[in-house]
Amino acid sequence: METPLWVPLLQVVVIFTYYLLLTALLIWAERRVVARMQSRLGPNRVGPFGILQTLVDGVKMFFKEDVTPGMVNKLIFNIAPIVGVVAGFLSIAVIPIGGEVTLFGETFTLVVSDLNVGVLWVLAMGSLHVYSTFLAGWASNSPYPLMGGIRSSAQMVSYEIAQGLAVASVFIYTGSLRVSDIVAAQSGSGFVEGVPGWYAIPLFPAFMVFVIGMVAEAGRPPFDLAEAEGELVGGFNTEYSGLRFGMFMLAEFMSVVTMSAIVVTLFLGGPAGPTFGAPDAVAGLIGVFWFTLKTALFIFLFILLRGALPRYRYDRLMNLGWKVLIPVALVWTLVTAGMVLLEQEQGGFGAGLRLTMASAAGVILLWLVATSRTPRDAGDRADHHEVAPAPGDPAAGGDDDVLATHGEDVPRTEEVSP
Amino acid sequence: MTGHDVVFVLVGLLTAAAAILTVTSKNLVHAALFLATTLAGIAGVFLVLAADFLALVQLVVYVGAVAVLFLFGLMLTRAPIGREALDNQNRGLAIGVSGGLFVVLSALIVDAVVGGSLGDTTVAEVTGPGIEDIGMAIFAEWVLPFEVLSMLLLAALIGAIVLARREPGDSGEEAMATRIDFGDAPPTEGTDSLSSGSLPELTSGERREGGP
Repeated sequence: METPLWVPLLQVVVIFTYYLLLTALLIWAERRVVARMQSRLGPNRVGPFGILQTLVDGVKMFFKEDVTPGMVNKLIFNIAPIVGVVAGFLSIAVIPIGGEVTLFGETFTLVVSDLNVGVLWVLAMGSLHVYSTFLAGWASNSPYPLMGGIRSSAQMVSYEIAQGLAVASVFIYTGSLRVSDIVAAQSGSGFVEGVPGWYAIPLFPAFMVFVIGMVAEAGRPPFDLAEAEGELVGGFNTEYSGLRFGMFMLAEFMSVVTMSAIVVTLFLGGPAGPTFGAPDAVAGLIGVFWFTLKTALFIFLFILLRGALPRYRYDRLMNLGWKVLIPVALVWTLVTAGMVLLEQEQGGFGAGLRLTMASAAGVILLWLVATSRTPRDAGDRADHHEVAPAPGDPAAGGDDDVLATHGEDVPRTEEVSP
Repeated sequence: MTGHDVVFVLVGLLTAAAAILTVTSKNLVHAALFLATTLAGIAGVFLVLAADFLALVQLVVYVGAVAVLFLFGLMLTRAPIGREALDNQNRGLAIGVSGGLFVVLSALIVDAVVGGSLGDTTVAEVTGPGIEDIGMAIFAEWVLPFEVLSMLLLAALIGAIVLARREPGDSGEEAMATRIDFGDAPPTEGTDSLSSGSLPELTSGERREGGP
């Protein structure tokens, strides 16, 4: 049966609006929740609980003067924010927000396009997003934005590897790159009857790597080194104002929503959930409810992280990415591939053995978490010892701590000391 | 010409133009951006040829990682990234070599497609190879070239690290590192550099004034 053109068009508009609405609510929720964590009120003037604040802010952004500094590279300066927003919106195209809904005699699938290689699409759009911050930083032709751009490109490229490997174990486990297959594979029960077969359970390490990686990939606190307002003024968007700054803001919050939607789809079963015996025509809409609930949970996590954690130091960020996340994801991808192969060749293990192995793995993981610390940079320590060759007179007492946190004071004291 | 052909020609022209601009552009960052455009254009060509898997892998690997690393390298090194031009006077040689390569490659392709050295192969339908087929081809049939290539990349990686790494004793200006230890133990008395009694009173005095 030939579907008329307005059906896919309506699908696109509905999904676009859904994500835009979710983003607007996120911005409001973030300001409220963070305000509460800091004993403030947050926006509370426009609408009930200030819920329309984002709308008003958007209007403000629209009518503010949009300054283009004289020294910038105009073309790239203008393209950069657009790239960010477009890549952000494109990546949600393959994420189903619900099941199928039948209305007015037509069947609507609540996904823009269920691509054959959907998971790769998400990764590809994520990697295009790097260009936004990076080009903005470079085109601004000014030191702080350039620093922000360099930081963000290094950070995103590093965490993309870990994230890609985490996603790899998902599609190795499923045996398909199509997002709807991944969702369908999680719809049944897991090892234990009654527990949902979400991939967050059998692929727990990949899930953890993905969750940490997505915070870094979205450039959110504690990994927001690209904008680091305490160090880089505003980072890559320092020179931007008005609507184009608004687009960067939209892209950032958008990526929070997108990343939450992706993690829900890949690891938490997407729109799957109890339908309470609803007729098939509206069962798909109940999926939207579950999807929104799960996504909101992750959005809340993003907000809590922002309110609770201080910003990472840059070398710590790189250590975490390269020395912890990538090895964990790599090993886990290998383990998953081995397990899938065993399943294909030998029929896998029995339920009892599986449970034993899972528990053993859990104990080992706990032990590792409990005993390990972030591997430090060897150079860091060597440096430290070089400067502090011998334990001196402890008479200085309490001043130690104050001075120790100001490493940049060292050259000054050396100048004075002779 | 079908719509399909038109799109193919358009994408091909875009890619070719970006490729030419890559080598003629005198600003390094512009060249790198044109390179990214070229690579994205190649992804577009793959997409038009119904090889969607290859197209997205091209985007992820080349546009998203390789080109970004290029740009990243440009910004970290002392390459002129502003308005200064860069030209190494080897233009003639480069034109000669690339022109020769182009002629040889196009001759080979034309011979293969038109001259009939491919035999009577006709492509019946436009569908890209399945992902499984690609996987089997790379990891079963062509596993040796794949491994050799991996070794080459690994060697290049190690070589780059060896070249870039500077031993603590080497000459050159050492970067000032901020010495803050966030280890699990708080800095104990005496182990800190600034507590060694030879420090002048001045510094700690200043510090104390500024403190709460």
